[in-house]
Amino acid sequence: MSFLSIRNLSVRLKNGPPLLRRVSLDVAAGEVRGLVGESGAGKSMIGKAVLGILPPSVQITEGEILLDGTDLLRLSPRESRRRIGASCALIPQDPLTALNPSHRIGPQITNRLVDILGWTRAAADARAIDLLAEVQISDPARVLRSYPHELSGGMRQRILIASAFAAEPKLIVADEPTTALDVTVQKQILRLIAGMQARHGTALLFVTHDLGVVSKVCQKLSVLYSGLVLEDSTVTDFFTAPRHAYSAALLAATPKYTDPDAGLQPVPDAVIGAVRAEVDSFDRKAAHG
Amino acid sequence: MLDAKGLDGRSLVRRRAGLRLWLSALWLGMLCLAALLAPWVAPHDPLSQDLFLGRLPPFWVAGAEPGYWLGTDSLGRDVLSRLLYGARVALLVAVLAGSITCLIGATLGLLAGFLRGWVDMVISRLIDIWMAFPPVLFSILLIAVLGPSLTSIIIAIVVIDWTRFARVVRAEAMVQGTMDYVASARVAGRGRIGTMLREILPNVLPTIVVLLTLEMGIAVIVEAILSFVNLSIATDDPTWGGMISEGRISIHQAWWVLVFPLIALFLTVLAFSQLGEGLKDRFDPVLR
Repeated sequence: MSFLSIRNLSVRLKNGPPLLRRVSLDVAAGEVRGLVGESGAGKSMIGKAVLGILPPSVQITEGEILLDGTDLLRLSPRESRRRIGASCALIPQDPLTALNPSHRIGPQITNRLVDILGWTRAAADARAIDLLAEVQISDPARVLRSYPHELSGGMRQRILIASAFAAEPKLIVADEPTTALDVTVQKQILRLIAGMQARHGTALLFVTHDLGVVSKVCQKLSVLYSGLVLEDSTVTDFFTAPRHAYSAALLAATPKYTDPDAGLQPVPDAVIGAVRAEVDSFDRKAAHG
Repeated sequence: MLDAKGLDGRSLVRRRAGLRLWLSALWLGMLCLAALLAPWVAPHDPLSQDLFLGRLPPFWVAGAEPGYWLGTDSLGRDVLSRLLYGARVALLVAVLAGSITCLIGATLGLLAGFLRGWVDMVISRLIDIWMAFPPVLFSILLIAVLGPSLTSIIIAIVVIDWTRFARVVRAEAMVQGTMDYVASARVAGRGRIGTMLREILPNVLPTIVVLLTLEMGIAVIVEAILSFVNLSIATDDPTWGGMISEGRISIHQAWWVLVFPLIALFLTVLAFSQLGEGLKDRFDPVLR
């Protein structure tokens, strides 16, 4: 059975347009699912809904988010927060704003273990050292005493990854974890996440708009457009025989090293038009119940 | 080479900031001592009048009387002693009014900026309505109703100035609230109030410290203004504002009665604002 199962999740801006249109997807234990789509397709919104951190301007109108078989949306806020905290974690997009500038690194990793999960201080400190070593930070003791501004972006992203794995979560939502980084650092960070995921057997919901990343890290993927899941398949199937025309267009639009003269290929207008029509027909059907 | 130069520049800035901090702390420290020890260090009773000793000049001017270092006013009261006793009222108002204003304003601002929703709605509307009142008239009206006393002055300052804290802290808390570290804390299971106190507050604190010290300076000025229009404390206890108000009448015959309290007021307000800037640099981990 899947660890995370989202069923017909619809989310809309309060008194505004829909942001997610009956999204369904599953993430089995230890599995990596990529969420791809252009900006505004609703990729991050899915991750935020799962973690219970949707902005207040947004509301869930229907659907279920089953975490280990329990629908989070039916629980009290306190109880759902407790369950999310005990089994999920977030690797945020921007390492520059994801660490609190006022606190040293050490407490930022350990305080949550101690205050919320009831670890002893000594166990949490030892865990932090091990984790930083695992993400290949050379002088963990010194880094734990540092403030975020004293460290580079890549270093901070490593710390965030370590921090996400600290409590051995069952599921991690990685919200474009390499977008804000240098291309050279991106590759290292990606390899790091993949390695950590494999070693710890953590399920991963990987939000990205980079198909190259998907091919390296993920086993399954969902293609989104305007909050609608267009394709849900395994990565192998997707790259060899995409089922949806939009998926095929996305693949064709990816720049290739083998043919540098081809230039950038946009998704053809005809494909976009067809996808928009699909979204409109969905909305019409939804309006008629 | 470039690195070494950059480092030097930084340490110079830090040393200057340090000097500013220490000078203002020194002045305020002396003021506190003067206020606490006034009965023992004041050379004369600040209230005792002696018309034969009226309008004595300060010690370096011809005609000065030994023992009256900063001269006397037209009723023959010792200016230095009155300054020392006046520091009591000034500091009491600064510290009490400043910190109560800060506590109320910053709390409301933090709640509005972080919790948003209806809490923000209520507090923001309250701020808007509040700021539509003209502050000077409002304070004079308040004191007229409450009756002139130290407590009324403090209440007047708190009631008028809490919006200053609330507005700024709300804006800062709103910015901090959108940061990813707040989302991470929420995912980890921190409650809303816990997140507010542990994640947001430390990042707003440097701003609060600056506002607090500024407010203390403002409180000193407000007290002086209210004394000037005779709405300060009702007793005969000397206040700097009262001294300025009395000195104004005899400015041509005895400038010192006006000038010394003015200098004390000026230095104190300056010291408060410089203390705030200096402390901010210490509090902020990025600037530290």
